[in-house]
Amino acid sequence: MSRRINLWANIDWITVMVYLLMIIIGWVSIYSAVYNDDHQSIFDTSQRYGKQLIWMIAALLVGAAVLMTDNKFFFFFAYPFYTFTIFLLIAVLFLGTEVNASQSWFNFAGIQIQPAEFAKLATALALAQYLSTTKRKIHDVRNLLTAGVIIFLPVLFILLQPDVGSSLVFFAFILVLYREGLSGYVLFLMILFGVLSVLALLMNEINMLALLVGTSFVSYFAVSGKFKVAFKAILIFFFCVIIVLLFFRLFSPDTVLDVQLIIGATGGSLILLLLALLYRRNNAAMLAGLLIAAILYTYSVDYVFDNVLMPHQKSRINIVLGFDDDPLGQSYNINQSKIAIGSGGLAGKGFLQGTQTKFNFVPEQSTDFIFCTIGEEWGFAGSLMLHALFIFLLFRLIYLAERQRSHFARIYGYSVIAVFFFHIVINIGMTIGVVPVIGIPLPFISYGGSSLWAFTIMLFIFLKLDAGRMGSLR
Amino acid sequence: MKDRYSNRQYIIGAIFLLPVMFFIVKLFFLQVIDPSYKLSASSNVLRNVTQYPSRGLIYDRNGELLVLNQPVYDLMVVPGQLAPFDTAEFAQILEIDKDYIDSEIRKAREYSMFRSSVFLKQISSLTYAVLQEKLYKFPGFYVQPRTLRNYPRDIAAHVLGYVGEVNRRIITEKPDYSQGDYIGITGVENTYEEELRGEKGVNVFLVDVHNRIMGSYQDGRFDAPAVVGNNITLSIDAVIQEYGEKLMQNKIGSIVAIEPATGEIISLVSAPSYHPELLVGRARTRNFSQLAGDTLNPLFNRALMAHYPAGSAFKVINGLIALQEGIVDEYTDYICPGHYTVGRLTVRCRYHSSPKALSGAVQVSCNTYFCHIFRNLLDHPKYGSVTNGFNVWADHVRSFGLGERLDGDFPNELRGNVPLASYYDRFYGENRWRSLQLVSLAIGQGELSVTPIQMANMTAAIANRGYYFTPHILKSIENAEIDKAFREKTMTSIDSVWFEPVIEGMFRAVNGPDGGTARLAEVRGLDICGKTGTAENPHGDDHSVFIGFAPRDNPQIAIAVYAENAGWGSTMAAPIASLIIEKYLTGSVSRKWLEDRILSADFINRVIAVSDEQEN
Ligand SMILES: [Zn+2]
Repeated sequence: MSRRINLWANIDWITVMVYLLMIIIGWVSIYSAVYNDDHQSIFDTSQRYGKQLIWMIAALLVGAAVLMTDNKFFFFFAYPFYTFTIFLLIAVLFLGTEVNASQSWFNFAGIQIQPAEFAKLATALALAQYLSTTKRKIHDVRNLLTAGVIIFLPVLFILLQPDVGSSLVFFAFILVLYREGLSGYVLFLMILFGVLSVLALLMNEINMLALLVGTSFVSYFAVSGKFKVAFKAILIFFFCVIIVLLFFRLFSPDTVLDVQLIIGATGGSLILLLLALLYRRNNAAMLAGLLIAAILYTYSVDYVFDNVLMPHQKSRINIVLGFDDDPLGQSYNINQSKIAIGSGGLAGKGFLQGTQTKFNFVPEQSTDFIFCTIGEEWGFAGSLMLHALFIFLLFRLIYLAERQRSHFARIYGYSVIAVFFFHIVINIGMTIGVVPVIGIPLPFISYGGSSLWAFTIMLFIFLKLDAGRMGSLR
Repeated sequence: MKDRYSNRQYIIGAIFLLPVMFFIVKLFFLQVIDPSYKLSASSNVLRNVTQYPSRGLIYDRNGELLVLNQPVYDLMVVPGQLAPFDTAEFAQILEIDKDYIDSEIRKAREYSMFRSSVFLKQISSLTYAVLQEKLYKFPGFYVQPRTLRNYPRDIAAHVLGYVGEVNRRIITEKPDYSQGDYIGITGVENTYEEELRGEKGVNVFLVDVHNRIMGSYQDGRFDAPAVVGNNITLSIDAVIQEYGEKLMQNKIGSIVAIEPATGEIISLVSAPSYHPELLVGRARTRNFSQLAGDTLNPLFNRALMAHYPAGSAFKVINGLIALQEGIVDEYTDYICPGHYTVGRLTVRCRYHSSPKALSGAVQVSCNTYFCHIFRNLLDHPKYGSVTNGFNVWADHVRSFGLGERLDGDFPNELRGNVPLASYYDRFYGENRWRSLQLVSLAIGQGELSVTPIQMANMTAAIANRGYYFTPHILKSIENAEIDKAFREKTMTSIDSVWFEPVIEGMFRAVNGPDGGTARLAEVRGLDICGKTGTAENPHGDDHSVFIGFAPRDNPQIAIAVYAENAGWGSTMAAPIASLIIEKYLTGSVSRKWLEDRILSADFINRVIAVSDEQEN
C-alpha cells in the first residue's frame, strides 16, 4: 500500500490544480458562449455545456485511471499503441464519418472519436521511446531520419482526411528534437521556411523578394558585424540585378518583371556565393546560399500552388489563409472575432453579458473561437489571466520535464509541452487575426470530448511518469 | 537531470514567451487602447445586415432589357431583442393575422434567440414605406432589402428560366450558398448563375435599445459591400421572340432560329409557354404547381426536350450523304410512278413530273427517289455489309449534331436518337436485317428522332455549306469572355461542294418554278430556301415541320419549326417560318392575310384553319 500512498504524494498537485482550473474556465465559457434562455441550467445535458460536463467527468476518470497505470506500461506499449493509431488513421479514411468535408471522425454509438487527436499522444510516446533507447545520438542522420518518419507518418494520413490543422500540430515535435540536441540552425530554418511558405502566398512576389534580400543582408551584418563587407555585398548584388534587368530590356523586353527579378536576384546571390567562397568568408557563403534557397523555395511554393494543386485544394488553402472570396467567409469570421474580443475592453462586459458571441456573430464560438467569449466577457484582464495561466502551465511542465531522470519521461514531457504550445499559439493567434484560420482547439477550454480526453491523457501520463521519477526507468 | 543541452530549456522558454508577449501586446491594443472596438453602452448591439447583391440584368441582342430587378423587403426578427409590442397595429400594417405573428415568432425562437429569422417575406415597397416610420415601436424587427426578378416584356419564359430560394439540398451541395439566397433554377438564370449572382456583402450597424440604427459600426470598417452580378446579353432578338410566341399562340410546338455564321440563337420558342412573372416571389410555389399540373405541360421546353421524327425535312441530309459517298451525282435520276414498291412494302409518293434528279427530288419531296438512294447506299458493295453501310450513314448523320446533346448553354437538353446498328441486331438478329427494313429512315421516319434545336442546327450547317457553331444563347457577358467553344467551327462530314444541288432543291421548293412543296413560304427578294416535312405521329394528327434559311447566299437566319398535330408542313410550319424570316430580315411583315390565318389557327382547341393545300 505504501507505493500507492507514495504515488498520490508524488503527483505534482500544482499542475493538477491548474488543469482543473482550466477545464472549469472552459466549461463556464462554453456555457456563456452558447447560453440559451430556454435552457438556463449549466447542467442541462441537451446543451453543449451539459455535454462538456459529462466529458469533463469522464476525462477526470480517465486521468485517474492513467495515474493508476504502471509506468512500464507506457514505455512498453508506446510502439504497439503508435501502430494501432496509424491503423486507425488509415481506417478512418474508409470508415469514418465526413464532417465539414473532412473524413476524420469515427462514430461509435453516438460518440464521435477523432483518431488525429490521439495520434499526437501516440507519436509523443513513440518518439520518446525511440529517442530514449540505447543512447541514440540525434546527430546521426539515420536516427534523425527515423525520428522524422515517426513524427510525419501520421501527418501523411491526417492530410489525406484532409485535416490541415491537426497535421500542422506535428511540426511542434521539432521543438522536442531541438531540446534533445538537434542543431539550432535546423530549428531556425524550419521556423523560417514555415513563415516563408505562408508569406509567399500572402504577399506579392516583389515585396517578398525585397523582404528576403533585406533580411539576408541585415542578418549578415548582424552575424558578422562587418559593415563594410555587408555594404560591398549589397552593391555587388544590386549591380548584378541591374545588369540582368538591362539585359532583359535589350533582348527580351516582354518577359514578366517577376521572372526578370527572380533571375536577377538568384544570379546576384550566386555571384555573392562564389565571391564568398573565393575569399573564404564562410558566414557570407552560408547567407548567400540561404538567400538562394529561400528565393527558390518561395517561388516554388507559389508555383506549386498555382500549377500543381487541384482547384479544391487551392480553395482549401485559400480558406486556411483567409483568402476566401466570400465576404461572409473566413475574413468575416476573423472580423467578428476581433470585434467580440475588442468590445470586451479592460474589464469585460461580465459573465453572460457578451453580446457579440451571444448573437452568434462569431462562428464556432464554443470550439475553435472560444477565446472570443473570454475576451469579450472578461476583457483584457481576463485575457491576461488566461495567458498567464497558460505560460505558468508551460513553464511548470518544462520544470517538471527537466527534473526527470529518465530520457523517456523528459522527451515525452517536452512532446506534451510542444503540442500544448502549438495549440495555444495557433488558436489564440487565429482569434485575434495574426495567424491564418486553422481549426484546432484551445487545450482544456474548447468544447469537444475527443480533444479534452486527448489533452487530459497526454498531461496525466506525464504527471504519472513524473510521480514515478524516483523509481527511475533508464 | 542535467545534460549537454539542458540550457536549451531557457531558449525554449523564450520561444514560448515571445508569441505570448506579442499576443498580450496585441490584445492590449485591441481591447484597451483602440477605442473603436468598444461599444458606447452595454445595451447597444451590433446588427449584421446581409447585403444581397442585385442579380445581373439580362439584355437581348439589340440591348433591349429582358430581365431587371425590383426591390422588395424581407421583415426579419431577432427573438432575443423583442419587447412587448402592439400586435394589432403590427398585424394591420402588414395585413397579417395574430396567429401568423405568434407562429412565426415561435418558429424564430426555436431556430435561435439571437440570430435573425425571416418573419415575413417580400413586403412591397408600399407596405415598407408605412412600416418603416413605425418600426421604432417594434424592437427586434428590422427590414432586409432584397430584389425580385421583373420582366418588362412578357416573353421567353423558357429561355430565361426562373430564380428561387436555395433549398437544403443545394446548401449541402454548394457550401457558398446559405439559407435565403437565390439561385437560378432553369434556363439562362441557371446556366449563367455564376455570372449573374454577384457576391453577398455585410453591413454592421450599431442599433440602440429602441431598435434605431445609430449608424455604421466604426465607419464601415467591417462592412463588405455586395458586388452586383454581371449583366449578360443574350443572342435572342426580343422582337422576333415575341413575334414567334405570338404566331405559336394556341399551338403546341417549337420554333428555333439560329444565326448560321455564329451559332447564336435568335429565337427559341416553346409553345405553350407561360408568363415569366408567374414564377417570381411568394406566388411562385402556388403558380408552379398549377403550371406543372397543366395537361399541355407549359413548363416543358419543347425546343430542347421534345423528341420528334425528323420527317421529310431530313431527306436533304440523305441527299447530301449520297453525294458525298458517290452513290449518285446531281444528274442521277429515278422514275417515280407515285409510289416505291418492293414486294409487299409500298411507300407512297404524291403525283409529280418524273423522273427527278436530286434538286428536283428535294423540291417535290419525292419519296421514291430517297428510298432508292438510301437503299443503294446501304447495299453498296464497297462497304462489305449492310451493317457497315448503315454505320457510314449514321456517322454522317451524327456529324450534323443529331443524336447527341449539342451542349450549348442550356440545361436539360435531350439528345434525340440516331439508332445504332446494335439496335437492329437486337431487333432482327445480328446481320439479319436488310436495307429494306430500314427504308423509313430514307424519308426521316423510323427510329430517327430529333429535337427542334437539333433540326435548326442541322439547317444552319446546310446554310453554312458544311459546318456549324454550337448553338448558344449568350452573346456577351460583362467583365468576362464567352465560352471559346462557341467560337469553334464543327465540321460536318460532307464536303462543301455537295451542298449546291441540295440547296437548289430547297430554293425551288419555296420559290418554284412549277410546284414546290413550300410555296407558301416564298417572299420575293429574300431567297428563302426550305424543306417541309410531315412528321408521322402515331398518337394523333401528324406534326407540321419546316426547316429553312435565308437568304440563299450569305444566310442570316436558319430556322426549324415544329407545329404539333398541325398536319402538312406546308400549311402551318412553312408560313410561320416564312413570316419570322421576313420579320427578321426586313423588320416588317407584308402578308397580313397569311399572318391572320396563322394567328387564328387553333390546334389546342381543335379549331383548325381551313387549308386548301395538299402537299408534302
Ligand atoms: Zn415521287
